[in-house]
Amino acid sequence: MKTLSLTTVLTLLIGLGSFTLPPTGYEVGDYATNFNLKNVDGEMVSLSDYEEAKGFIVVFTCNECPYAKLYQDRINQLNKDYAHQGFPVVAINPNDPGRSPADSYENMQARAEEKDYTFPYLMDETQEITREYGATNTPHVYVLAKEAADKFRVAYIGTIDNNYTDAEKADTHYVQDAVDALLNNEEVPLTKTKAIGCGIKWSNA
Amino acid sequence: MKLLVWLIPFLLYGSELLSQEIPVLDFQGLEERIREKNEAEVLVVNFWATWCKPCIKELPYFDSLQTSYSPTKVKVLLVSLDMEAKAAAKYYQRKNIQSEVVFLDAVDHNAWIDRISPDWSGAIPATLFINSSGEESFHEGEYSAEALFTQVNQLLNPN
Repeated sequence: MKTLSLTTVLTLLIGLGSFTLPPTGYEVGDYATNFNLKNVDGEMVSLSDYEEAKGFIVVFTCNECPYAKLYQDRINQLNKDYAHQGFPVVAINPNDPGRSPADSYENMQARAEEKDYTFPYLMDETQEITREYGATNTPHVYVLAKEAADKFRVAYIGTIDNNYTDAEKADTHYVQDAVDALLNNEEVPLTKTKAIGCGIKWSNA
Repeated sequence: MKLLVWLIPFLLYGSELLSQEIPVLDFQGLEERIREKNEAEVLVVNFWATWCKPCIKELPYFDSLQTSYSPTKVKVLLVSLDMEAKAAAKYYQRKNIQSEVVFLDAVDHNAWIDRISPDWSGAIPATLFINSSGEESFHEGEYSAEALFTQVNQLLNPN
């Protein structure tokens, strides 16, 4: 506990100099930071746990947001389709449970069980990773291409497909297209998209 | 008993028959409405949804903006991004909203978010201000009543 608080203090002190402006998040082509966050099963999950991975589909999503709910099955399907090809889904709940009680750790566990999530569903307690990546709304996807053990290039930022109401009616699947391109060593056709979503519930503290 | 059977459809659908409809626009329709048919000195276009808590919190400030000014001076247009127009229509009626409310039916979000503003991430609430000479300013995130009125006053009385 003592070391943790010391680290926090140091980070804050160093941070004072460099964070005069809030970080604006990643652009496509940037390198994403690794993280070590708590999964719904109590274990910590880090990108370096996946030695065989070719990349990741990092999804900032939550329990409460209606868009997140509309996409939860599609996120599960993405993991089923791409984890075995080397692109597993890693979901991160970015919301402060103080502001959004439905997004508490216990409720995340319940949702993961109820929906049979095949991917880790992590809690970003300090919201530092969310801030660093620059996620603004849920669900917000970052497709990362792994270039070396600790080098994760941001290859796509945005939404999952072009019809939130009905997966069947979507005719452009941005995330699938991005991952397929990376798997085939091709250029990602569309590297950035936007979608209406629920804003991140930032802690007031 | 027979009477009750006859009554059931009315009990089920009566409230919907009474509920007021709100106009449904596609993106082109919305764009024409805000960029070609702006009759006010300041048009305030707020993007909201009934499920969005911060939107619901700030919505009364927008409505009081509309009741504080004549519609030729300040016009508030509340653009619902609900899943269904019905949700917005019910809310509109229940809260007796005085501002104009429309429902935007445009599920391909990526096709139009940048056309509202390149600065918009897509998170709501979000608000676009357009003055009579067509100059636009955009704000993402929740407004306090004070900040909203200050913003509109600045647009009405630029120095």
